[in-house]
Amino acid sequence: MTETGAIVGAENLSLDIGGVRRLDDVSLRFEGGGVSVVMGPNGAGKTLLLRCLHGLQAPTSGRVTLDGATLTDRDRLRQAMVFQAPVLLRRSVAANVDFALKARGIHDADWRNACLARVGLLERAGDSARRLSGGQQQRLALARALATRPQVLFLDEPTASLDPASALTIETAITEIAGEGVRVILVTHDVAQARRLASDVAFFARGRLVERCDATRFFDAPHSGEAAAYLAGRYVL
Amino acid sequence: MAEAIALALGLVARGDADLFEIVLLSLRVSLTATAVACVLGLTLGAFLAVARFPGRGAALVALNALMGLPPVVVGLLVYLHLSRSGPLGFLGLLYTPTAMIVAQTVLITPIVAALSRQVIEDLHREYADQFRSLGLTRWQSMGALLWDGRFSLLTVAMAGFGRAVAEVGAVMIVGGNIDHLTRVMTTAIALETSKGDLPLALALGLVLMVIALGVNAGVQALRLPGERVAHA
Repeated sequence: MTETGAIVGAENLSLDIGGVRRLDDVSLRFEGGGVSVVMGPNGAGKTLLLRCLHGLQAPTSGRVTLDGATLTDRDRLRQAMVFQAPVLLRRSVAANVDFALKARGIHDADWRNACLARVGLLERAGDSARRLSGGQQQRLALARALATRPQVLFLDEPTASLDPASALTIETAITEIAGEGVRVILVTHDVAQARRLASDVAFFARGRLVERCDATRFFDAPHSGEAAAYLAGRYVL
Repeated sequence: MAEAIALALGLVARGDADLFEIVLLSLRVSLTATAVACVLGLTLGAFLAVARFPGRGAALVALNALMGLPPVVVGLLVYLHLSRSGPLGFLGLLYTPTAMIVAQTVLITPIVAALSRQVIEDLHREYADQFRSLGLTRWQSMGALLWDGRFSLLTVAMAGFGRAVAEVGAVMIVGGNIDHLTRVMTTAIALETSKGDLPLALALGLVLMVIALGVNAGVQALRLPGERVAHA
């Protein structure tokens, strides 16, 4: 871990959907090195937070910042996101990565192959992306995100429902990416994974930011009763 | 019916020159109209699938309604434009195969646009977040959606071709059913029916259906291996 990446922030961020407040006055900054993990029970607003931070969802009030300035559409090109359910084009593995590169006017087969090799998919470059296993599809989505050389990478439960080997490949890649200075913000329900990867944690419940601290403190001595209950597997919505 | 089948087989077997001339003109007119309608209709369909603007709902309703355009009305409108006193009369296209292509294009473009809009919008719903995440422009999104949906859109094109090759009202009005010039399968069938030669009309109808079946079978034969190679 050598560099610290772009600083991602939310200021008094609130989001209403269908008259229901889904994010409630959230203010936080992701800075420093390592992987930032967003945790919380189902419906806590984790995915919506990522969507807002990536500019996919406009907040009802408040603002999202990147390096202190309000996030713009152009800023989104400095970011990448891997969704919980990977969205792959009906093309080959290689063509899926090429597509992301072409969107930025880049044609670089060597870089594409390097990205595929990083997630262990170089040998499958010519195969149909849609016929990969779930784990392989998620690894391809990660390779495609990395190909755009993002300064900020949002990962929404990228290893949910993956087998341990696929999860390990992704975790290894995440660690390496964060070590290269990319700001990695990971949503996960997997406490063990969070312990392995997190440098800091933001804990959400019912759309509110409940706890924000470094990972060691969060897992050893959570301040809030909600976080303690969640870690103990006793949190009930 | 047996007489009609025998007659149809006889026309084909002895290589009836008139029949083949009519068949080739039918294919030329309808395939060209389908190609032009696809260029226009797929672009419009993709735009409507991706774009959001005031009045979009009304535009979709209007487009869907245009799918039911009566061929004779289309023929009449094209006739009024292409007739000597019409705004495009100077082109001298009335009673030519080009006029028939124009009429069929007008007739099937809304079909291609409306059906492709639905296909592409369904695909866009799946891809939208990823495209926004990658920072694609609207035109880049449209291009990617058209490419990824190309096999479904082939069915849309076939629907357009089916409508074009089967219609008679529009080509009759703007083509005039002139022997050796603008006579196509459907106008020939109408003519033979009016003359009371029902077996020949039926035989021509059978040939027309076989042609439509052949074109669709050909497209399907190309589509299946294409899907495998293209990772669709």
